[in-house]
Amino acid sequence: MALKIVKGSIDRMFDKNLQDLVRGIRNHKEDEAKYISTCIDEIKQELKQDNIAVKANAVCKLTYLQMLGYDVSWAAFNIVEVMSSSKFTYKRIGYLAASQCFHEGTDVIMLTTNQIRKDLSSPNQYDTGVALTGLSCFVTPDLARDLANDIMTLMSHTKPYIRKKAVLIMYKVFLKYPESLRPAFPRLKEKLEDPDPGVQSAAVNVICELARRNPKNYLSLAPLFFKLMTSSTNNWVLIKIIKLFGALTPLEPRLGKKLIEPLTNLIHSTSAMSLLYECVNTVIAVLISLSSGMPNHSASIQLCVQKLRILIEDSDQNLKYLGLLAMSKILKTHPKSVQSHKDLILQCLDDKDESIRLRALDLLYGMVSKKNLMEIVKKLMLHVDKAEGTTYRDELLTKIIDICSQSNYQYITNFEWYISILVELTRLEGTRHGHLIASQMLDVAIRVKAIRGFAVAQMATLLDNAHLLTGNTQRNGICEVLYAAAWICGEFSEHLEDPMQTLEAMLRPKVATLPGHIQAVYVQNAAKLFATVLQKHEGETDSQAAQETSQLLIDRLPLFVQSANLEVQERASCILQLVKYIQKLQQKNVEVAEEVTALFAGELNPVAPKAQKKVPIPEGLDLDAWINEPPSESESEDEKPKVVFAKEEPKHYRSRHTEVDEKELARRREVRKQEQANNPFYIKASPSSQKVYDAPGVEHIPVVQIDLSVPLKVPGMPMSDQYLKLEEERRQKEKAERKKKEKKKKREKRGKGRKADSGPESEEDITPAHQVDIVTEEMPENALPSDDDDKDPNDPHKALDIDLDKPLADSEKLPVRTHRPEVLKSPAEDRDSKSVPQETKKKSSKEKKEKKKDKEKDRKQIKPTVHWFPVQKSSKHKKKKQKKEKEEKEKKKKKRHHHHHHHGDAGGEDSVQNGTVEEEEPLPPMSNYSLLAENSYIKMVYDIQGNHQDESKVVVSVIFENKSDSFLKSMEFNVLDSLNSKLQRPEGAGPHDGLTVPFQLPPGVSNEARFVFSVQSIVMPQKLKGTLTFIVKSDESSTHEKLDFKLHFTCTSYLITTPCYSDAYAKLLESGDLKGSSLRLEGINMPFHHLLARICFHHHFSVVERIDSCASMYSRSIQGHHVCLLVKTSDQTVSIDAKCDEPSLLGNVLDEIKQTFSKC
Amino acid sequence: MIKAILIFNNHGKPRLIRFYQYFAEDMQQQIIRETFHLVSKRDDNVCNFLEGIYFTLIYRHYATLYFVFCVDSSESELGILDLIQVFVETLDKCFENVCELDLIFHMDKVHYILQEVVMGGMVLETNMNEIVAQVELQNRMEKSEGGLSGAPARAVSAVKNMNLPEIPRNINIGDINIKVPSLSPF
Repeated sequence: MALKIVKGSIDRMFDKNLQDLVRGIRNHKEDEAKYISTCIDEIKQELKQDNIAVKANAVCKLTYLQMLGYDVSWAAFNIVEVMSSSKFTYKRIGYLAASQCFHEGTDVIMLTTNQIRKDLSSPNQYDTGVALTGLSCFVTPDLARDLANDIMTLMSHTKPYIRKKAVLIMYKVFLKYPESLRPAFPRLKEKLEDPDPGVQSAAVNVICELARRNPKNYLSLAPLFFKLMTSSTNNWVLIKIIKLFGALTPLEPRLGKKLIEPLTNLIHSTSAMSLLYECVNTVIAVLISLSSGMPNHSASIQLCVQKLRILIEDSDQNLKYLGLLAMSKILKTHPKSVQSHKDLILQCLDDKDESIRLRALDLLYGMVSKKNLMEIVKKLMLHVDKAEGTTYRDELLTKIIDICSQSNYQYITNFEWYISILVELTRLEGTRHGHLIASQMLDVAIRVKAIRGFAVAQMATLLDNAHLLTGNTQRNGICEVLYAAAWICGEFSEHLEDPMQTLEAMLRPKVATLPGHIQAVYVQNAAKLFATVLQKHEGETDSQAAQETSQLLIDRLPLFVQSANLEVQERASCILQLVKYIQKLQQKNVEVAEEVTALFAGELNPVAPKAQKKVPIPEGLDLDAWINEPPSESESEDEKPKVVFAKEEPKHYRSRHTEVDEKELARRREVRKQEQANNPFYIKASPSSQKVYDAPGVEHIPVVQIDLSVPLKVPGMPMSDQYLKLEEERRQKEKAERKKKEKKKKREKRGKGRKADSGPESEEDITPAHQVDIVTEEMPENALPSDDDDKDPNDPHKALDIDLDKPLADSEKLPVRTHRPEVLKSPAEDRDSKSVPQETKKKSSKEKKEKKKDKEKDRKQIKPTVHWFPVQKSSKHKKKKQKKEKEEKEKKKKKRHHHHHHHGDAGGEDSVQNGTVEEEEPLPPMSNYSLLAENSYIKMVYDIQGNHQDESKVVVSVIFENKSDSFLKSMEFNVLDSLNSKLQRPEGAGPHDGLTVPFQLPPGVSNEARFVFSVQSIVMPQKLKGTLTFIVKSDESSTHEKLDFKLHFTCTSYLITTPCYSDAYAKLLESGDLKGSSLRLEGINMPFHHLLARICFHHHFSVVERIDSCASMYSRSIQGHHVCLLVKTSDQTVSIDAKCDEPSLLGNVLDEIKQTFSKC
Repeated sequence: MIKAILIFNNHGKPRLIRFYQYFAEDMQQQIIRETFHLVSKRDDNVCNFLEGIYFTLIYRHYATLYFVFCVDSSESELGILDLIQVFVETLDKCFENVCELDLIFHMDKVHYILQEVVMGGMVLETNMNEIVAQVELQNRMEKSEGGLSGAPARAVSAVKNMNLPEIPRNINIGDINIKVPSLSPF
């Protein structure tokens, strides 16, 4: 033994520690990956050793490798082992590793519950601290539920170090287990006034996080916070509180009014910039909430803006940045006060710091008006030219477009100017926003009818000079603009001066190098242009020119027919055939123009993107209702168990009532959405392109071949600057005219004393250059105006929207730890939490709500059983009984019951799927814990549970109960391993050493410890001999005692309750891989549902389906064997037909079931 | 809430990562890369905030190291900036003139210090003396237990070091100490 330890420590000397690992990695720069993989192999070896120090060292190295990006989740179990070490050094390493790599999906987390609980209650505050810190990173809903009460107790710990950690972690607990919020809130509130500033700060922190998401529930705390704000000197706390007030004021304007004064005082007095900044921010929030006409607060706005100006002018870039950030908040409600600082903000555009420039851009967005739009955009265009780096330039580009297009082009007075700006932007090299420019061109051309002529001319120039834009053919590159250009020219070709030239430009061979989707548009719009050209020529009866045009298309289109892009190919070949046909007709001198144009006829309207979604559902239409009777799957399914277990005489099944539960509906909806998304024919909201040609018979225009040499400036492209000058002149002129008019008026109305307009012209005075009609996007009639599309249903904070002012109900206590036998007073509930954990999570909130609704005791007793069976249905029987007993209650629920009665009358006796609710008598308490051994000092009961994640491990939970008046300590648990089953000894030492039970037992106390066993074969039951040694310590003496026991690993203990749907179940049985066996039990006189519950509980089965006195059940072993039962009962005789892919396992399980029932 | 704390050097090598929101390892590395990409191209005289892809980034650059805090809107920007300063000053006290090598070889200890400053993404303590006191008490406890490697391992480690051409601690890399400028107190 001693030798072994020495040997172990010598081995250890040559293990690498963290420093060696780091050094090694640094020395292997060229083959780092290879080196690390050998290190990982070493670590794997180290983890296999029994010495905890070696393991801890290995885990510590893994934490480092995790940082480098290596997935170390395979060592999760070893991490848990290190976490459970009794030494702080190792524990800390374990918890650190866990906090770095555990998450909700880590399966071994469920093994840690007891360990964490033990650490939380450790006498050493640092054990507790380390556990809290670790837990804060990997808390899961299950851990939160199980540990909420322990953590809440820690909030009143004597040490502030523990208190502040416990307070902080409560936030995480609330997030994962929202039911804990109400019971824990009073204590949390108490902590706001904790004598220790750290704890106080933690409490403020937590409440601020909570209130930020659901501010209205925390309004009642405002006075308390107000007191804190005026008394606290801790800047951290002040900042948090002031931020919180910023969230609360929009809900309660009166609070805002009260806040203004102390906040202004703080602004004047504080020297801490962070605090000053947050105060300004909150004052802004207050002012926004008060914005509805409070003139006397203009002083506060002035103060804020003035302070912000100081920040922006500061040399510290951070302050400058934040100043701009805050300025943008004021801008929303008080644009006037910000606009006067336009100079400052434009100056920031020249700042060397990109973040600051971006903030300034944000501000500009809100500062534009009709008057200054052109000027601001001109400045931005200058910056575009100067900008280095494409990201910032792209940002500028999007901002220019944002600024111009905001609120439906509200500030644009001259659309010709805007189109030329867009065209100018196309000259940017390497932009990724070609698509954005293109969509703007399309939008403007479609919606501003008056501009179409101009736009078409510009687009034609673009198409003509397409070679300038095609340098960059990547997706979303600037060539996207050609998409818009081609479409606009095609769609509005009646405005084209020379359609033939454009047509020619669109059919150049170079076009074939463009991305496919653009080529497709080219081809389609070439056809439209062709129609226009034909019409022109036929109007002039120039059949020669018309035929030449057809020939042009026939010559050029084959290039596109060969395209690799399917859409281009398809369109091109269609149109080619069409043109060929037209050519034939032309040769026979048939007039075709009319028919060809008819191909593209139809009015075009922009449709709002949300239009489809906004179509109101007509009255009386239920989208979730069945259109036809659902297929009667019931028959075939009900039949299935019989086919397999053929001995049963046929039963008369009624067709099942078609009630689809909520989950199923949601699933179907999801499936439908998926289908719609994949269905190209499903009509989504998008603008359709159909049009009417209303300008036929344009003059004949000869085809001109233009061969441009590459010009530096695109000829014919207007410079937007010209518009600026023009606009200014126009405005001057208008102003002059207005003045004249006014003078006239004045002369007319002399004596009435009206002053001439000499001040700066106001917004309304600027008239747009063209009378433009901006077409609004189409919406369906009766569209619902609601705009709730933005809410995220998955927000975890939604669950925390809980009223905290209501007094606590009895039912809202946090779950307190008890051993299972006690919990089993409501056995079904316990089973629930073990068997279908996911279901529980979802239901627990539902349950809570329901509990609140009716607090009658009898309802609560019923509840657990209802829960256990997924489908809630009331049998007629139950209703009658309830009706007798609870006449009054019945009245309230008359409506519901009425419905049920109706159903019951119509159908006679109900058949129930997936469970039943015969509530004649509650189930007797059940416990899976069976006696392990007992003497006058101690009693041990145990339960064995399998674990899906690890097919070779089972967990034995042993409850030790001290029956004596003495203190029991140094308990050591040891088992003589067999070949098949071995006790996992994490603490090192040899295969015959015992495990120390991690607690001591004062008189009368019981506690639970878990031991992990590895098993190989699970088909046979097994007994392991073991011994518990312990020291009995009374006042005068202490004696060494021991107790022998036999651990019985039944086959049942390898089964895990696994839910199974009836269709999967049927498939399983049909597969024919399962071998059958059967069992008959005589003289069983217990209700059928008790029988089922017993099988479920003691043998880890779940009910798949139950019909009358016949039920199918399912379970799975930890190694994946399927076990299926068909249980039937008649007159005290129960017959069980069973199937399983492992016959000996099945035989043993059936024997065990037989034993269970022979006992009662 | 603080969503993540990243420390990496001028070349983007991570020295400490601490995520308070779960990301798989490859995602974590991607975030580090993208953050480094954003932060490293900024001059030292520009502001310390920027909008990252996932969060707001607040960072400070000391000598060879970037300390980046990824936060959401509930944190005060200037407050976090001061917190970084507190954290670095604490490191400076605990390691006595902290330099990048301290962080490289003692990532675990840096984590333990950080755990006393930020817990689960929320600020736990801002008082440097309190943080240092708690860290030292825990280190003392570790010492009383014999430490992780214990005496024999230390002896071996000394032997192992002899093989190395140079012991990193003694390399003269010039001025790599993280100079902690004394900023105006918070």
